[in-house]
Amino acid sequence: MRQVAIVAFGQSDHRPDSAETSEVEMLMPVLHQVLDTVGLRAGEIDFTCSGSSDYLAGRAFSFTMALDGVGAWPPISESHVEMDGAWALYEAWTRLLTGEADTALVYAYGKSSPGDLREVLTRQLDPYYMAPLWPDSVSLAALQAQALIDAADTGADERALAGVAARSRTAAETNPHAQLTGSPPPEALLDEPYLVRPLRRHDCPPIGDGAAAVVLAAGDTARRLCPRPAWIRGMDHRTEAHSLGVRDLTRSPSTRLAAERAGAFQAPVDLAELHAPFTSQELILRRELRLADAVRVNPSGGALAANPMMAAGLIRLGEAAAAIHRGAAGRALAHATSGPCLQQNLVAVLEGDVL
Amino acid sequence: MTKEPVAVVGIGQTKHTAARRDVSIAGLVREAAVRALTDAGLGWADIDAVVIGKAPDFFEGVMMPELYLADALGAVGKPMLRVHTAGSVGGSTALVAAGLVAARVHRTVLTLAFEKQSESNAMWGLSLPIPFQQPLLAGAGGFFAPHVRAYLRRTGAPPGIGALVAYKDRRNALRNPYAHLHEHDLTLDKVRSSPMLWDPIRYSETCPSSDGACAMVLTDRAGADRAPYPPAWMHGGAMRSEPTLFAGKDFVSPRAGRDCAADVYRQAGITDPRREIDAVEMYVPFSWYEPMWLENLGFADEGEGWKLTESGITEIDGELPVNPSGGVLSTNPIGASGMLRFAEAALQVRGRAGEHQVDGVRKALGHAYGGGSQFFSMWVVADTPPTG
Repeated sequence: MRQVAIVAFGQSDHRPDSAETSEVEMLMPVLHQVLDTVGLRAGEIDFTCSGSSDYLAGRAFSFTMALDGVGAWPPISESHVEMDGAWALYEAWTRLLTGEADTALVYAYGKSSPGDLREVLTRQLDPYYMAPLWPDSVSLAALQAQALIDAADTGADERALAGVAARSRTAAETNPHAQLTGSPPPEALLDEPYLVRPLRRHDCPPIGDGAAAVVLAAGDTARRLCPRPAWIRGMDHRTEAHSLGVRDLTRSPSTRLAAERAGAFQAPVDLAELHAPFTSQELILRRELRLADAVRVNPSGGALAANPMMAAGLIRLGEAAAAIHRGAAGRALAHATSGPCLQQNLVAVLEGDVL
Repeated sequence: MTKEPVAVVGIGQTKHTAARRDVSIAGLVREAAVRALTDAGLGWADIDAVVIGKAPDFFEGVMMPELYLADALGAVGKPMLRVHTAGSVGGSTALVAAGLVAARVHRTVLTLAFEKQSESNAMWGLSLPIPFQQPLLAGAGGFFAPHVRAYLRRTGAPPGIGALVAYKDRRNALRNPYAHLHEHDLTLDKVRSSPMLWDPIRYSETCPSSDGACAMVLTDRAGADRAPYPPAWMHGGAMRSEPTLFAGKDFVSPRAGRDCAADVYRQAGITDPRREIDAVEMYVPFSWYEPMWLENLGFADEGEGWKLTESGITEIDGELPVNPSGGVLSTNPIGASGMLRFAEAALQVRGRAGEHQVDGVRKALGHAYGGGSQFFSMWVVADTPPTG
């Protein structure tokens, strides 16, 4: 199989409100940053793919404006997924595997601030049976968290959730792009009131606006563009049933399967970037991914520190790759999720050349 | 590095209509998917991945509907990708699915595109709010009519050409049991005297709003060997995009369309598309886009497209049949319309197009475009595998 690597990663500062900038204005500095990193211009990229959602922008065909920001002239070979940018990266990866392209630009962005995100996300649900009830994203995550706590085999409790929150937000202190940084100790967090029981505010991601971009390159091109490329050793994604009633919410079989297919269990990883917007979801993912205690999980702070919709999954891939670029990781796992209660999951395994 | 050849072994579509009130969105897509699987002689378990496309989520009011549709499309436990490239999405979706097979990431992929336009009002769904778009620009026709007028001015085409296209496509649709519009009593006079909507585009020169879905099963060489019916082989596929609005953009013949066609022909080894391509399924939502795209796609020299249409060459029994299925002018479930073009091109080379089958089609072009004439996707399919 052709070897493809992430050779550059950039992201915006993630902020609760960016009313003064359009999506294009939010995105353009990030695009310029990643292209500058590899010394390429938009016209020199073989394939471009993006991820975003019209529902966040509140208008149809919102991605067309972002394309204008790329500067698609002369015309470019380009595609778009109405999904998190992690899946745009997957599409670009397969394109590079065919040999049709040597380089790809992948970007994603989302502004949640113009609407009420919890209400907006109810529109993701089955339109006939579930969406009319307007169950919001935090409430659904709370159902999942309570199921986890109630399950005998998980050992999860509210203290464990608070531990995830405190560790993530403390780690985010070294992430200049994070929206939330710093945390009281877990014991203090347990004194906070519930937002939707059993979730407290610290168990939930911040709502914010942000963008991210990566550059992919194949084989020798990757080596030329990056001193230490983050090679994609495997990548896979899987979907589960939509209805919560037919899923065991304490498990994530799609994550397990994607990880197997991506080769995640063939050798231990030293770092994992997990897209777990809710503290309880990190516990579920850790178990499915069989992560040992020694694995550094979300040193970026993860989605609990910044969760820009449609970009947060791509950022996990980018952060994992950036750790390899820096020599801070040798073999890393990156995960992205989409849909209510971890319905859809993507896993990628990244490796640097042996130092 | 060699790519795996990609074969179309299954095609299914729904009977398109203004409102499928008898089925949910899930019921609609499943109908097309089951037909495609039946055509391929396969079951759900044979599918490795699902790639789904549709135009904006606002049409049905469901954000990222692929999440809800995972169960209906047998995608549970499988990879599922959702593509959205405006009106070209049906074509792009097929190309993304084909890429998975070509890259040998998956062996057999179900790809599907749909729109249930009756759940909304496309006219106003496409009238973007200020400040995204200027006021009084109602629907897609409002956007495209000025570019048709520019074509008329540039080429000196006589005013009646568009009506010929509409009359042809609607008559072709009578042979296609899945087409939305079956206007048995339509005459050329009726097209020409229909109400003017967006000058020079008349009511009968405009696509309908349809509910419908289209599905295809794409597979590798080994999968094609097992197929019960002749496959269509992909010989080339490409996507091109350019910005929506900028000084220098040619709305009459966008460069992205020309570049995309050139790339597909290069991949397919086609040097003279007019002679080497036997049938074309072209995205013509407004009648005048047939002569415009004939030029953009290299079938006619600049300014000559309308002459091809006028001469009758693009009729179903002409030298270069365009939209033997009746095309977008007869059936327009927006998200599925591009895939219908790709699928109908494949049906032609498989010899399975039924009453609208054109004799002796060995190579066919499927074409889709979207946005402000800025997104293009195309493929060339043939009745024999690609060489090399």
